Amino acid sequence: MKTPPLLLPEAYRKPLALLLGIVFGFLLQKGGVTRYEVIMGQLLLVDFTVLKVMLSAVLAGMLGISVLLHFGLVALHPKHGSLGSSVIGGLLFGLGFGLLGYCPGTAAGAIGQGSLDALFGGVAGILLGTCCYSRIYHKIEPKVLRIGTFGDITLPELLHAPRWKVVATVAMLIGAILSALSRRGL
Amino acid sequence: MEWLFLPRWPAMVVGVSIGLLECLAFLLLDKPIGCSTAFARTGGMIERALGRPVMEKPYYKLFPPVVDWEWVFVAGIPLGAFLAASLSGEFRLEWVPPLWQQAFGPGLPLRLAVAAAGGFLVGLGARWAGGCTSGHGISGSLQLAVSSWLASAAFFAGGILSARLLFSLSGG
Repeated sequence: MKTPPLLLPEAYRKPLALLLGIVFGFLLQKGGVTRYEVIMGQLLLVDFTVLKVMLSAVLAGMLGISVLLHFGLVALHPKHGSLGSSVIGGLLFGLGFGLLGYCPGTAAGAIGQGSLDALFGGVAGILLGTCCYSRIYHKIEPKVLRIGTFGDITLPELLHAPRWKVVATVAMLIGAILSALSRRGL
Repeated sequence: MEWLFLPRWPAMVVGVSIGLLECLAFLLLDKPIGCSTAFARTGGMIERALGRPVMEKPYYKLFPPVVDWEWVFVAGIPLGAFLAASLSGEFRLEWVPPLWQQAFGPGLPLRLAVAAAGGFLVGLGARWAGGCTSGHGISGSLQLAVSSWLASAAFFAGGILSARLLFSLSGG
């Protein structure tokens, strides 16, 4: 894939990344999703803030990226996946998510608002978990991560459907979920 | 500018802004937003500082312990959250979240132990799945990546299960 035409020169990328990180942290905190109560409320299905933030981010981002892609301004970077990686890894993450009450990004944000359990419990645990993974990676890579490999395919490729149709369908589904949540006052 | 001082913004305003932030990251950095790789790199830096032979491990050949753009991005997150919380007067040092105190009491060791155990699984699982709620949940889903939709479903399935089990123990 060719390089996007507006890609910044190397020297400007880290300063911009820092700025984007600051804005991201600002938004997470203003959205309330750096609060333990809000994340646990989502996982206990009593507060749907996390879902609303994520779905509206996916909706806006998907539409924006689709337009930029149409004009050749961006390249997609879908991640490689397999059942052994996405499902087993995803479930392990989820089980931890419910115990910790933060994910890696919101734990970093929670530190900024003064939540010390996110730092001394959460971040410490996450670092131990990634270090453990670096130790077992060479063992699980051939055995587990390759189970049911499907690669870096996207939904339009999987469904053999035109991209715009899938984008329109997903956009309508997300719109329907968001309006159903707001109708119920959630 | 009053909105800058509000404690909470509507979820959809925040979500749409994050979606626009993603567009900027793709446009100017040619990268989707993600968080968990930076934790893996930091883990490698700590191991190296402790004198462990880091670069012999195949995993650190894939994700070397260096400060890259994503590491800088993640470092910006607490700064931005601090700014947001300070503007609204929401910044407060807190060891045990109120909801946890209600369910399990104010004891710090129990909260830290469960948070660390949860964090361990979050770190392990994020690298196992190749991303977290940012990299898969938002960035991957908006690209319609099959791996990301599957992983996101698993994140929430696992999370709903363990949150339910945990709070069923509180008796509340």
